Amino acid sequence: MELERLSAVELGRRIAAGELKCSEVVRYFLDRSIERNAALNALIEIDEEALNAAEEIDRRSSRESRRSPLEGVPIVIKDILCMEGKRTTCASRMLENFTAPYTATAVKRLLDGGVLPIGRANMDEFAMGGSTETSYFGVTRNPWDLSRTPGGSSGGSAAALAAGMAPLAVGTDTGGSVRQPSAYCGVVGLKPTYGRISRYGLVAFASSLDQVGPMAHYVEDVAALLQLMAGPDGRDSTSLPAAVDDYLGALGKPLDGLRVGVISEHVEHPDVAPEVRQAVQRAITHLTDLGAALEQVHLALTRYAVPTYYLVAPSEASSNLSRYDGVHYGYRDRPAEGVESPLVSMMSRTRSHGFGDEVKRRVMLGTFALSAGYYDAYYKKALKVRRMIAEEMRRAFERVDVLVGPVAPTPAFSLGENADDPVRMYLQDQFTVAANLAGIPALAVPAGFNDQGLPLAVQLQGAPLSEATLLNVAYHLQQNRFFVPRVAEWK
Amino acid sequence: MQLTIEQVRKVAQLARLEFTEEQLESFSAQLASIISFVEQLKDVDTEGVEVLSHPHALQDALREDEVQEGLSRQAALANAPAHDGECFLVPPVLG
Amino acid sequence: MTLDACQLVVGLEVHVQLRTQTKLFCGCPTIFGAPANTQVCPVCLGLPGALPVLNRRAVELAVQTGLALNCAIPARTKWDRKNYFYPDLPKGYQISQFDLPICGPGWLEFPDPDAPEHTLRVRLVRAHLEEDAGKSMHDEKSGRGDSRIDLNRAGTPLLEIVTEPDLRSPQAAKAFLTELRLLLTYLDVSDCNMQEGSLRVDANVNLHIDTPSGKVATPIVEVKNLNSFRAVERALAYEQQRQWQQWQRDGKQLGEVPKQTRGWDENQAVTVPQREKEESSDYRYFPDPDLVPIAIDAELIERCRACLGERPLELRLRLQQEYGLTAYDADVIVAQGRALVEYFEMVVAKGASAKRASSWLQQDVLRTLNEQNLTIEQFPIDADKLGELIAAVEKGELENSRARDVFQYYLGHPQAGLEQARAALGIVQVDDRELTELCQKLLDEHPQIVAQAKAGDLKGLGALIGAAKRRNPNVDPRKVRSICQHLIEQQG
Ligand SMILES: [Mg+2]
Ligand SMILES: [Zn+2]
Repeated sequence: MELERLSAVELGRRIAAGELKCSEVVRYFLDRSIERNAALNALIEIDEEALNAAEEIDRRSSRESRRSPLEGVPIVIKDILCMEGKRTTCASRMLENFTAPYTATAVKRLLDGGVLPIGRANMDEFAMGGSTETSYFGVTRNPWDLSRTPGGSSGGSAAALAAGMAPLAVGTDTGGSVRQPSAYCGVVGLKPTYGRISRYGLVAFASSLDQVGPMAHYVEDVAALLQLMAGPDGRDSTSLPAAVDDYLGALGKPLDGLRVGVISEHVEHPDVAPEVRQAVQRAITHLTDLGAALEQVHLALTRYAVPTYYLVAPSEASSNLSRYDGVHYGYRDRPAEGVESPLVSMMSRTRSHGFGDEVKRRVMLGTFALSAGYYDAYYKKALKVRRMIAEEMRRAFERVDVLVGPVAPTPAFSLGENADDPVRMYLQDQFTVAANLAGIPALAVPAGFNDQGLPLAVQLQGAPLSEATLLNVAYHLQQNRFFVPRVAEWK
Repeated sequence: MQLTIEQVRKVAQLARLEFTEEQLESFSAQLASIISFVEQLKDVDTEGVEVLSHPHALQDALREDEVQEGLSRQAALANAPAHDGECFLVPPVLG
Repeated sequence: MTLDACQLVVGLEVHVQLRTQTKLFCGCPTIFGAPANTQVCPVCLGLPGALPVLNRRAVELAVQTGLALNCAIPARTKWDRKNYFYPDLPKGYQISQFDLPICGPGWLEFPDPDAPEHTLRVRLVRAHLEEDAGKSMHDEKSGRGDSRIDLNRAGTPLLEIVTEPDLRSPQAAKAFLTELRLLLTYLDVSDCNMQEGSLRVDANVNLHIDTPSGKVATPIVEVKNLNSFRAVERALAYEQQRQWQQWQRDGKQLGEVPKQTRGWDENQAVTVPQREKEESSDYRYFPDPDLVPIAIDAELIERCRACLGERPLELRLRLQQEYGLTAYDADVIVAQGRALVEYFEMVVAKGASAKRASSWLQQDVLRTLNEQNLTIEQFPIDADKLGELIAAVEKGELENSRARDVFQYYLGHPQAGLEQARAALGIVQVDDRELTELCQKLLDEHPQIVAQAKAGDLKGLGALIGAAKRRNPNVDPRKVRSICQHLIEQQG
């Protein structure tokens, strides 16, 4: 039985109905993970302890009600969400031996729903990167082409899904880190509205942009995951107080009257590869067939999204990452001999040797942007442009319900291709970062494959808290066979 | 903008990072290219625009003044690079 | 030129620990003296992924304090990060307030130490909320051994009150701080215990010097490590001398050298230069993205205002106006705290005159409190009983020294009433006939005193009064005196 072909919701149903034993399901995905991880390096750690929880589910009496539709279903979690008693490394030498003494709210809600974590997914160090090449634990490879990147920073989560190592995954998205790897790996990935899922226990990269995001092959699985994780949290001051919608219940509702906007600047952008543009066109055709009204939308300011993002995110990061100084936890280096202040030397050497180059680049950039004399011209300026971008997007959603466009300019690029040109790497995010700046939800939806067999994708964006609409649109695309969930196989 | 090695050195010191001369040079070049890239924001007229530091206009996330359970000392010190069972230990604060 | 030509100019920064059950951004308790690192959680340890959530009570206490300090309270306040590296600062930044402090400009008036009937006014720049750092402990003996870090204190709510440079003498600085502490104690917003670090003071000091070519200002020095109000007073006096000498030596003016930080060395009674943080002061403040702004609405302000009660300054005036106390007496009573003021008012309400009540409080009550190390709440004689006792003296039913005997008796017998005390002490009123007989007898026994009195020298009467009291402790000395005088006059 090829369990990796089933949706998570279907797996959950079969486990609940007694058609599948939970422990067999978990064993199956653990074995697959162990086997495939050798080639992919998608998981930093594989956790067999999930079997204990699985056996407990199998022992449970049939009278007990299910904790969620995903009870008993395995999941991989990006190694940036704290889980009590588990190593949480952020793919950094700095936290190589850090064991979290508490559990992130999002993870706790998954555990409460009976979802079973089987592995910690690889990622770019501290989620800084778009290719999972900056991980201290080595690069992750794309299951569709091992010479290519799975994208990043949630590359491990996306690659594990694509390879059928688990039916569910959790990533995080600060500038596109769920959507871009989802696009490169051919899975569905959602960046929810900022504040929809608690950030408590999510190791911060850029606090005003970070969001936890559900990922899976099937739209209904992403909806079910969001259903579990979303909602207000008293431990996160920035979590939204609004009640949670019925995401699963919304799937399949007719799309009549849906207004779809096409982002001209993105679709026509010269960096966009022809097959990506065609994918977007194809999506538009499907949506019109489904009864949606179409409109061209101009987002003139989105060209400033990347420079804005590359000031806001590093500034916040430079402060968020100050806590890694070798004092209370994490890596510590020895002070140099004969220095005036061994303490300062210890801290500087710890940070210099504990962080990789990309992290140091961003910490330097952020420190610069916040420093005396540059604050107004860089950081503050970026916050003003940020407001303008957010308002431009808000105005667009007065006219349309959903914006459609590309996720990334191209399909997955080759490993090493952008490694020595940070700016070129940053431009991979040019269509995704605006959603983070504006705090709106955005969804990467698979769109078939190019002739090299690489996954293609389109992006759907909506007004704040319109996740139910985005997921429903994607669900229609899935039901309409705009895309067919598929697991990568290789020799 | 032009970024001198001295400026980069000062930023590194603020960020508590140490670089060799060689690293300092390559970092300066990379930083300079990123900074000139982000400088295109100068083209945007932001006259009269308020900053946006939170995506949503939330306010008043408050907690009652009630004691919640924290971590045991053992758990608090468990990840410490050095401790004496009671306190975190660091190289002398006063050199 | 002499020292007279130079004016000391002082501004203070006072960090006050607010009296909350839990820390500013997490639910850890703030009990002083707990074993190291036992009041910590992921938030105040600055663990990866942990997030701050603001304590409502801290906001209320800050607004209350701000209102009592006549501060403008903005409709909206927010949080900023102050970035610097220090091992007792677990996140590498302190959550503080930069451009929108919870309390705007205000002022505090306090008794002028040189003339208690006058007040001085110091303007306040602002007061803002921030989290405290942990504690670094350095082993002095082993020299370069490791420092130990305790994070129990990390995250405790502080209100940082910043004054304008309006203070002009060490004594005025001390008087300001005394008043501030008294006010905060009246408000019950802080323990204000300097030994426990719940009130900490830094001073910014320089001199304005009159020179033939005009006024010049010396460079500002920040003095830290001021662990008592006495230390503040001494350190400022020391700095006045030191800066004067320094200026005479190098003539350096404000702006010509960077601001210096010096620490007060209590044992040597000197200030010594402290090593500067190498980043100088580039704290890279920016809005904390983990916290949202707070709206301070009229309802909150009114609720806080309702909690203020009478402030020391208002109380002093009322005690003077309503009870006719002197400024000095009013100050002594108010300085003891709100409970003693209430005690005083109850004593007077029972029929004691304000003057007599004030003097009993200042002498008998306060002395006993000091000797027995009690608070007024623990004092065994309640205000009603003391009021009744003083009223009896007032009415002439009880002689003053016998009243003191009763007072002492009460201390040992907290349950006793006045009748029981009288009986126990054998206090009976002496009638006039009995008293006249006793006086006559004494005059007969001391003819030389009578002779002196007739010659206009009344000194000897004191001895007669003493003798009378020895024979009958219940006699009223004033009556003894007047009857004796009367009898001598009658003898012609
Ligand atoms: Mg302060
Ligand atoms: Zn805490």
